[in-house]
Amino acid sequence: MNYWSFERFFEAWPYILKGLHITVGVTISAFLFALFFGLVWTFLRRIPERHINWIVTWVMEFIRSTPPLVQLFFIYYAWPEIPIVGVTLSPFASAVVGFGIHFSTYIGEIYRSGIESVENGQWEAATALNFSLLDKWRLIILPQAFPPTIPMLGNYFIIMFKEVPLASTIGLTGILHMANSFGSEHFNLIEALTIVGIIFLVLSYPSARLIKKLEVKLNTRFDKNRVIEPIE
Amino acid sequence: MQDILSISQELSRGLFVTISILIASSLFAYLMGFISGLLRLSKHTVIRKFTGLYIELFRGTSLIVQLFWLYYAIPMLFGINLGSNWIIGVIAIGLNYGAYLSEVVRGSVEAVDDGQTEAAIALNLSSFQKMRYIILPQAVRMMLPEFGNYTIQMLKGTALVSLISLNDILYYGNILRSSNLSQAPLIYLVILIFYFVLALPLIFLTRKAEDISKKGVAN
Repeated sequence: MNYWSFERFFEAWPYILKGLHITVGVTISAFLFALFFGLVWTFLRRIPERHINWIVTWVMEFIRSTPPLVQLFFIYYAWPEIPIVGVTLSPFASAVVGFGIHFSTYIGEIYRSGIESVENGQWEAATALNFSLLDKWRLIILPQAFPPTIPMLGNYFIIMFKEVPLASTIGLTGILHMANSFGSEHFNLIEALTIVGIIFLVLSYPSARLIKKLEVKLNTRFDKNRVIEPIE
Repeated sequence: MQDILSISQELSRGLFVTISILIASSLFAYLMGFISGLLRLSKHTVIRKFTGLYIELFRGTSLIVQLFWLYYAIPMLFGINLGSNWIIGVIAIGLNYGAYLSEVVRGSVEAVDDGQTEAAIALNLSSFQKMRYIILPQAVRMMLPEFGNYTIQMLKGTALVSLISLNDILYYGNILRSSNLSQAPLIYLVILIFYFVLALPLIFLTRKAEDISKKGVAN
């Protein structure tokens, strides 16, 4: 019973692929959530008040250095139990909020590194030319700060995609969940889990290569050796 | 307050598993990172390709999938039962982050200035001596901050071992929650704080490592 069977392997494919749109859907939604929330962190960190800055920094550190799995459990199991603000979320929504918040702290740092990479002279020039605050950001800072962050954001998209199967523990019916239920129906998980691995590899490896190419292209264009390796 | 104390007491029963897995798997990952990072720079195409395969396999899939896969595959492939899920957790986390660390090792070795290699050749050092006395002492400094960051990632990864029924912090937390649903917010908050407290020394070490890696370097 406990051996590899190609029959089961091929039988499992269509069953598991039924969960793919959920996995991809959560990844995209959570990424959009994180892109937006990252902006909020960046704004909060730019408030020129020492105490606020300190609090924001440590809250970000707290979210970043605690396991996303526990954060998912918190949102799915604990949030509904909190009086007044508690709401029950579906596994899909919990995963989007959980991963969105977790990764927003990384994305906030990426935005910050982008803004800080704009040279001092550019800020001074904007002031010297009497640009309004809006024009300074719109015409001078952001056009230079944003493009170099694109590959880093792309890397985090892939990292998030690989974290999403964690949500099968709260019942998200993505590919890992489908593999588990296929496996328990057929008393052997190994083929189903191998398929999940293959799916991840096939989707994430080419995208990683693509981003690497983009990174090289942008680096030559902006000519800055400040490629920051993402931490997973 | 009383609740927090009793929850902490219950959770602390899982501390040993979490910490021991973190230590064992990070040592394993550092080892794998160095071995495969240096093999990736080998002259032999076969060795480079083979190491590349390992790295891309583990970087391209998720830790949770690898953990489950090894959990089912190791007894099947080798016909042996390791007898302990602890080892499986350590192997999965170590192999996964070893693959990430190997890229850090490779990147840092490659970042050492070419002039250093040329100087080593000019001084007639063997390739082992060149690595040991010239390249690595400079490269290791550059690696330190990333090693710190990945160790924090590994701490976060250890929470997954509760899924292969190891009695870590999260495992005891989940048991507490199932017997007392209305306490769930407090229980998970305390779990998060537990992990954060464990991460704090790593965070400070990483910051220290950043200072060390910057010290005395032009640019």
